[in-house]
Amino acid sequence: MIGQLTSGERQSAVVILLIVAMVGLSMAALGRTDPLGVHGVIVMLFSGGLLYVVLSSFYAPAPTEEREASYYDDPIKIGIVLSMGWAVFGMLMGVWVASQLAWPDLAFDAAWSSFGRLRPTHTTGVIFGFGGNALIATSFHVVQRTSRARLAGQLSPWFVLFGFNLFCILAVTGYFMGITQSKEYAEPEWYADLWLVVVWVTYFILYIRTIARRKEPHIYVANWYFMAFILVVAILHIVNNLTLPVSWGHAKSYTVWPGVQDAMVQWWYGHNAVAFFLTAGFLGMLYYYLPVRAQRPIFSYRLSILSFWGITFFYMWAGSHHLHYTALPHWVQTLGMTFSVMLLVPSWASAGNALLTLNGAWHKVRDDATLRFMMVAAVFYGLSTFEGSFMAIRPVNSLSHYTDWTVGHVHAGALGWVALITFGSFYTLVPALWKREAMYSARLIEVHFWLALAGTLIYVFAMWNSGIIQGLMWRTYTEEGTLAYSFVDSLVAMYPYYIARAFGGLLFLIGAVVCCYNIWMTVRAKPVTSSRSGDVPVVSVASVAGE
Amino acid sequence: MDFDYDTLVAFSKSWGLLYLFAFFLAVVVYAFWPSNKNRFDRAKKSILDQDDKPWK
Ligand code: HEM
Ligand code: HEM
Repeated sequence: MIGQLTSGERQSAVVILLIVAMVGLSMAALGRTDPLGVHGVIVMLFSGGLLYVVLSSFYAPAPTEEREASYYDDPIKIGIVLSMGWAVFGMLMGVWVASQLAWPDLAFDAAWSSFGRLRPTHTTGVIFGFGGNALIATSFHVVQRTSRARLAGQLSPWFVLFGFNLFCILAVTGYFMGITQSKEYAEPEWYADLWLVVVWVTYFILYIRTIARRKEPHIYVANWYFMAFILVVAILHIVNNLTLPVSWGHAKSYTVWPGVQDAMVQWWYGHNAVAFFLTAGFLGMLYYYLPVRAQRPIFSYRLSILSFWGITFFYMWAGSHHLHYTALPHWVQTLGMTFSVMLLVPSWASAGNALLTLNGAWHKVRDDATLRFMMVAAVFYGLSTFEGSFMAIRPVNSLSHYTDWTVGHVHAGALGWVALITFGSFYTLVPALWKREAMYSARLIEVHFWLALAGTLIYVFAMWNSGIIQGLMWRTYTEEGTLAYSFVDSLVAMYPYYIARAFGGLLFLIGAVVCCYNIWMTVRAKPVTSSRSGDVPVVSVASVAGE
Repeated sequence: MDFDYDTLVAFSKSWGLLYLFAFFLAVVVYAFWPSNKNRFDRAKKSILDQDDKPWK
């Protein structure tokens, strides 16, 4: 980790960590017994831990070889490990909250383990911890390989990676203490939000600077998706988190947005978080790792450009479909609904592009579980976007809103699309990165694949069933015009589905653990010496072939 | 003229539509511009030959 840094860079690392520790100290001093104070201590511990790592090899030999002649893979490796760690944590929380819905006693009567606090630890753990680290790691890999240039910084990749993880830790520990802004997917309070702005802007600058020094003249389409992901998440995050803290010594803050505008800003954020965090970046993975794994170029490059701009521009307007039948002006709802339906076109263009890439290589899909992960991910992407466009239609939404149908839709996207494409990409990436012939065990990838697929199907079918039953029970009237079922009746009807969902989630979690083991054994295996040794960036422009 | 809700609606319904449509056309033209074809063809193939073998 430290071996690739020059002594000047090591000094800068120490300075940065000391500054962060000072910030932690002032948070602790100002916050005292407020949760802010606890977070100050956590910040100090975090930077202290990293400081120890840097200082303990501070006098290790400086990098000798010309660093620019190789890709910068260390941050990617750590990113993958962190991502898998968060995956297990976040999904464990998912299984726990799923079980709490079936058996409420599993909250054990403590405040920190109540449903309301554990639920955001699940969503943050999987979306930001697992998904975010996977996006950072793969984006670092893709941008270097497609630009054929090394990352434009030695320290900044580490800053981005660890800074982002510090944000995730502050978020999750905050929920346990009861801190929340009460905005879904944007729960962390103002100081964590400010910190994320610093980290994210650094990320964006690093990415742009790496692209700027590319040796390959054309910017491959996957980079566009990653750039959209980074840029738009920065904008969303800043606008949605404009808040005024109660005081410098308090974790609590109040948003500057009033009433229905707050709701609109939140769901403009929320839906574009789906679009640019859970979709655009993962499409970047799809457009790189799927062709590489299949060893076939993407079916239509033109289509990938069209769908990129389609997704980027349509998604921006779709957020209001989360606020159907609210105080939001009717035309804004209609606008969101219209754009959501139009979104189906670029979404299916991407899904179809991926599947058509595989057309003619189905034997590879049959034999290679890694490729199958990505193929099924593309199918679920198509499925969940179709479902989303359908649910965005106002009368349909009157049935689906507030029900488990939404949760089923979410996990068709999150498990079937986001998680599966990530696993497929990791199985492609890990052997290449650690210079191994292949993953430790192809059988275990196969096991993981079937666990993940079974888990997803059980989860999604359970929620579709329970969601539609719920929705119908809530709108069934008796002949006298009163509601036929009480809320509790609908709750009782959910019981078997909640058990099924917890079981499906458990299978999915076991699959993720199998994946961790497989990655671990791959890392421990002996490297191959010859075949991948040529994996280096092109140093001089003169050698660009075929120009 | 007052800047109110109706102004915004009128603006979105006219210029918003025009802007999106112009943008759409621009992207289509870019994607199908004949001289871009070679660039795209090369781009989609170039990611395949790299991870193991560098350019010679
Ligand atoms: C082990 C697998 C998983 C299980 C058992 C699980 C379980 C759950 C449960 C029980 C909820 C709360 C539903 C409710 O409030 O009624 C939930 C919400 C959510 N989960 Fe998961 N989850 C899993 C994996 C994932 C993954 C991998 C992701 C994302 C990549 C994810 C994203 C979400 C999101 C975004 C929500 C909020 C949905 C909403 O507000 O409508 N989950 N999950
Ligand atoms: C064309 C694409 C899509 C459209 C039009 C769409 C539309 C919708 C709609 C209408 C809702 C329900 C809103 C409500 O009733 O409250 C929803 C919820 C949700 N969707 Fe999608 N969806 C799409 C794709 C996806 C994908 C690919 C994912 C995940 C990877 C996803 C994740 C979510 C999440 C997390 C929520 C729950 C939000 C909440 O917490 O309430 N969506 N989507």
